[in-house]
Amino acid sequence: MAINWFKYSAPSTFYGVAGKMVPWFSWSAAILFVVGLYIGFFVAPTDIQQSEAYRIMFIHVPASILSMFIYLVMAGYAALGLIFNTRLSSMMASALAPTGALLAFLSLWTGALWGKPMWGAWWVWDARLTSELILLFLYLGFIALHASIDDPRRADRASALLAIIGSVNVPIIYFSVQWWNTLHQGATVKFTGTSMHVAMQQGMFTMMLAVWLYAIAVTLLRVRCIILERECKAQWVSELVEVRR
Amino acid sequence: MNKLSLIDLLSLVIRRDLVLAMRRRADVLTTLIFFVIVVSLFPLGVGPEMDMLRKMAPGVVWVAALLASMLSLGRMFSADYLDGTLEQMMLVPQSLSVLVLAKILAHWMVSGLPLVIMAPVLGLQFDMPTQALWVLIAALLLGTPILSMIGAVGAALTLGLRGGGALVSLLVLPLCIPVLIFGAGAVEAVVSGTSVGSHLSLLGALLLIALVFTPWVTALALRISME
Repeated sequence: MAINWFKYSAPSTFYGVAGKMVPWFSWSAAILFVVGLYIGFFVAPTDIQQSEAYRIMFIHVPASILSMFIYLVMAGYAALGLIFNTRLSSMMASALAPTGALLAFLSLWTGALWGKPMWGAWWVWDARLTSELILLFLYLGFIALHASIDDPRRADRASALLAIIGSVNVPIIYFSVQWWNTLHQGATVKFTGTSMHVAMQQGMFTMMLAVWLYAIAVTLLRVRCIILERECKAQWVSELVEVRR
Repeated sequence: MNKLSLIDLLSLVIRRDLVLAMRRRADVLTTLIFFVIVVSLFPLGVGPEMDMLRKMAPGVVWVAALLASMLSLGRMFSADYLDGTLEQMMLVPQSLSVLVLAKILAHWMVSGLPLVIMAPVLGLQFDMPTQALWVLIAALLLGTPILSMIGAVGAALTLGLRGGGALVSLLVLPLCIPVLIFGAGAVEAVVSGTSVGSHLSLLGALLLIALVFTPWVTALALRISME
């Protein structure tokens, strides 16, 4: 039997599926958050060099990794929407953008809080910090372009093109910033993750999974709202229980 | 009627855009004067110590060039869009990418080239050594076309939108960061006595990549904006 891959690419079917998935993802995210924070705060030992301050890592690292990963996923959905002209892919791309921007911001914020006790400065023009900042700008550009075009189809396609250009440009920006940094100053403080304690690793992976599930849950919630907004004139929307109420 | 070759099309569009630009000389001059004013504001802001100014000069000139090139992006397609010429241009049997490339080149000649010519004079204000001035010119010659090309994509995406001017800067400026880094880096390298070649080669590489991809992407963006 051939599987119909496109069955759930119709907003009307995906709306219901997403609604069923949201509680699962949000509950497992909440449980993992509690477990991860417990490991992070109580189980993981105090670091010899960084004492208690390193514990912000349990938020910082997952947020940074997810913020980069979400950009790629967003660009992937945008490309799908552009190539196959599927409405849902573009909706997913625009639903992912705010979460990605939020995580990039969180990563910068927690990084600053971590940098102050460790490096003695809120902000260092380190290659990674700078490229994370630029990533936030790219997210904001995507959101701003999407918001300023009234026609949703044109907004989808224009911002999809921007997301693809951005994802092509990210490696170029990353390496140029890295070279620029090494030209200006020597190697800055590097985080040596090789000798990490097992409990720290477990805590970080749990938190990573938690943030990931949270991102999925929030994106699905947001995409449901976007579907309702875009399809508000469709027959199936007016037949929904929550709409009729 | 015989079909135009691509080269004919290229030169035709460039000549047309240059003639149009020369009939509105004020627009060209505004960009240039903006560049001069922004660069001249820096010493007033940070103080007249020559040592510091000499150190800042490459970065200041490059950032000002970046901002000045943002200023003129709005004009790249908007006039043609408003009077319907752009729609006719999209109907021509030749490749839209080549046509876009011609418009980008014309835009660079009008808004980028004057900056390159003006930059050494501003460099003198910052007491840059002669050798550094030559590298500055070379880096700007390689870099400003990239700014026009990346800017063209932004201009095409924001065609006819409200608040397009500020939006296009928000989209384009982060993408221009590599150009800024290598452009200013080249001048700094010559001042500090390290190799200039690597920076200029990287700028050249970026120029080639942009030359291949941006006209095509801009054409795509125009089709999205015009449908």
